Amino acid sequence: MSRPRPEPVQVVKQRRDAALSALVERVPYIQFLGISFDRRGDELTATMNYDEKLIGNPMLPALHGGATAAFLETAAIIELSWQMIWPSIESDSHELPPLRMPKTIDFTVDYLRSGLPRDAYARARVNRSGRRYASVHVEAWQDNREKLFAQATGHFMMPQKND
Amino acid sequence: MSADKAKIAAQFIQAIPHSRALGMNLVEIGDGEAVIEMPYDTKLIGDPDTGVIHGGAVSALMDTCSGAAVMSHPDAPTSTATIDLRIDYMRAATPGQTIRTRAYCYQVTRSVAFVRAEAVDEDTARPVATATGAFTFERSK
Repeated sequence: MSRPRPEPVQVVKQRRDAALSALVERVPYIQFLGISFDRRGDELTATMNYDEKLIGNPMLPALHGGATAAFLETAAIIELSWQMIWPSIESDSHELPPLRMPKTIDFTVDYLRSGLPRDAYARARVNRSGRRYASVHVEAWQDNREKLFAQATGHFMMPQKND
Repeated sequence: MSADKAKIAAQFIQAIPHSRALGMNLVEIGDGEAVIEMPYDTKLIGDPDTGVIHGGAVSALMDTCSGAAVMSHPDAPTSTATIDLRIDYMRAATPGQTIRTRAYCYQVTRSVAFVRAEAVDEDTARPVATATGAFTFERSK
């Protein structure tokens, strides 16, 4: 018995990128903040492009704590949603389930240093994902990956089949 | 609110680009307490299926309002920055309604301020979210 030939790499990439875009582009607030996602395999990195409207303290200047919090929360929600749909993207039928967002229960942000007027990056890690609840940790940095400017932990309610 | 106070309140938001971009209005400020409103806007939507605004926009409102409460404390700090902020989301804000947050700076030490905040929409009996935070408290030397 011979194995079926693997799909061409462009086909696989195109399918994964399309699924990620579908997730991100339909949320107005993600577009408003100028957040985008890079993908390497299933690993996502969020980028918030610097813009004057993200500033909270024009004297320093520094990013607004609220913009930073929203960036981290977005990175967490997209990571969680991405992990929910990943098995469908990779399944034989490639059929995506309806895209439903997890709901935030609580979100705690640690501000470690002030956010500089530059691009910011974030990666989220799902520490626990059950049928109902999930716990996600997010780290954000700017110029130096080792020097986080903020980190956060949040709990989320997973979308239920009958909602 | 007197005309003077109203002017100061308006300037407070105008000086913060992110708060201005989100359409916030400072309603009340003084003695470690602040009230800020944020009208509903489609650009703030976080869940396109329901039109509910993004938690991040509520965070920005809570953070701004808490910072304003700290700055209005009678000990008159020169500046403040968020150390940590925890937000609990009780329910989705009703699409189309203005969100109003009241923050109260209930304790300050030499260099730290502690704040509680609550956000409601038109149904003021059921809070949308609550927050607790610690902020730096810079005193003039």
